[in-house]
Amino acid sequence: MAQLFAYIAHKNGVLDDSAAELAVAAAKIEAGAQVTAIVTGTGADLDTACQAVAGIYPVVWKFEHADLVYPNAEAIRKLLVKVVPAGSILLLAHDTFGMDLGPGLSVKLNAAYAPDVIGIEAVADNKASLVRQEYAGMAHAHVGCDLSGGAVLTLRPGSFQAGEDGGAGGQVQDKSGEAGDLSAKRRFVEVVQAETGDVDITKADVLVSVGRGIEDQENIELAHDLAEAMGAVVSCSRPIVDAKWLEKARQVGTSGKTVKPKVYMALGISGSFQHLGGLKGSPFIVAVNKNPKAPIFQVADVGIVEDILEFMPALSEKIQEG
Amino acid sequence: MDILVCVKRVPDTAENEIQIKSDGSDIERDDLVYSVNEWDNYAVEEAIQIRDKVGGTVTVVTVGDEEAEEVLRREMAMGADKGILDADEIFQGSDGRGIAAVLKAEIEKGKYDLVMTGALADDGAGQVGGMLAAMLDWPYASVVNRIEVQGDSQLKVGREIEGGNQEVSEIQMPCVLSIQTGINEPRYVGIRGIRKVASVEIPVHSGADLGIAADLVGAASAKVKRVDYFTPEMGAGAEILEGSMEEKIDKLIEMLKAKGGLK
Repeated sequence: MAQLFAYIAHKNGVLDDSAAELAVAAAKIEAGAQVTAIVTGTGADLDTACQAVAGIYPVVWKFEHADLVYPNAEAIRKLLVKVVPAGSILLLAHDTFGMDLGPGLSVKLNAAYAPDVIGIEAVADNKASLVRQEYAGMAHAHVGCDLSGGAVLTLRPGSFQAGEDGGAGGQVQDKSGEAGDLSAKRRFVEVVQAETGDVDITKADVLVSVGRGIEDQENIELAHDLAEAMGAVVSCSRPIVDAKWLEKARQVGTSGKTVKPKVYMALGISGSFQHLGGLKGSPFIVAVNKNPKAPIFQVADVGIVEDILEFMPALSEKIQEG
Repeated sequence: MDILVCVKRVPDTAENEIQIKSDGSDIERDDLVYSVNEWDNYAVEEAIQIRDKVGGTVTVVTVGDEEAEEVLRREMAMGADKGILDADEIFQGSDGRGIAAVLKAEIEKGKYDLVMTGALADDGAGQVGGMLAAMLDWPYASVVNRIEVQGDSQLKVGREIEGGNQEVSEIQMPCVLSIQTGINEPRYVGIRGIRKVASVEIPVHSGADLGIAADLVGAASAKVKRVDYFTPEMGAGAEILEGSMEEKIDKLIEMLKAKGGLK
């Protein structure tokens, strides 16, 4: 069986859930495998991250390098191509860093690339049977991945739920000497923090959230009317911000805000995983969508198959009548 | 600046309900409405805006069959100067890497300073841009939501990262960027615009034209293959409220009151 690696990202020494999720995925590829975690960075943050990773993985390779202060995928790719043996299977989280690193890395390692994997069903004879989604989550697919020349897999955050950390008691090995030159043609400058708007949707108990089903800028008014009737705050999914119908500060999702309301009204929102990734704390979810196949109905508590353009004003009116 | 934008013709998920064929071999393709991949539209708009600011050309390319020509014409109606169709039976069944290999050959046939793709397409993989960059040994940045031209050989780019934050980098040209939606507001294309470019000739490049070895493309070379589509066993899902609109609303209001959703 091929050697298994997981690249573990951290932010100022702090891991996110994907650190443990990648270990769960690795165990599905080979139960009991000696998975090597790779951690990069500098200084005390790197040491803190390595200690945390050693609680999950038996072996931790630490790489300290001035070019790795910020996780620049172009520099990290160069490092991984040097240190990961040919034929290995390497796991990454499917976040914006994994999306940046994975495709090019697979080419340089001459390995198969399976992105945004949500399930690992079977591994046998150098072949993995994986589960992915296509068409914005509207279709599931089994995908066969040839592992014979190695593979890079990116795993969707939240799809491989981890149990309690096992206390792996892993060994941290300082491999910084093997890094060598990591100069890249892309240089990190800064991170610009998201604008904070006039509204703070993260503090709202009730959100009236609209998506593509709103169809037209003029109809945004219907959401404001309903929010007013309910005593709620208006939020939205990505297409509404892309169209500039509502400000970025109102966007729920991995590329927007993470919210934890008591009640979430998903109106004309199909329910992509990027959107649902911004919804925490198990709210009571009401989904209204004219497409009965919309993925949002799988996660909602209550579903109503209606056109929101008719439903929203009717609901507002009824609430106002008391 | 000479810019190449790689585009794809896809079923429009905003217009279609995607249904899986009963044998799982494909989605139901009868009556599907196709359009240009949404992300690609933003990439073409961005390319046109850069060209209009600093000069140069915008070329759009797709790997597909004759039907894919319609998306090239649409993007030319937006303002792209030229379209190229890479079509050959040997390309069929290619995985992302095979498509990237075709595009690499196309790029080496021309001379481009900047290549753009959409950040994602219908298969949700987001892979071709990054693979292409690695094959060309050009730098790459994904999910780009801002581009600023800095002289002849460098761009300042913003990547959309988690939480809506923006990671800003300087990247040397030539480079490959995958473009996120929302970077601009793509212009509207009317029927008259499409008519204007209806008779413009679109060159078709085959594998032989591009000098592509057959073992780099097609189903036989693919290391990652879709086996089938399936309908997963789901949990109970939502309690679907039935009845007339009024009945649904009454039930919902009752529930919202119980859950603290009404003040």
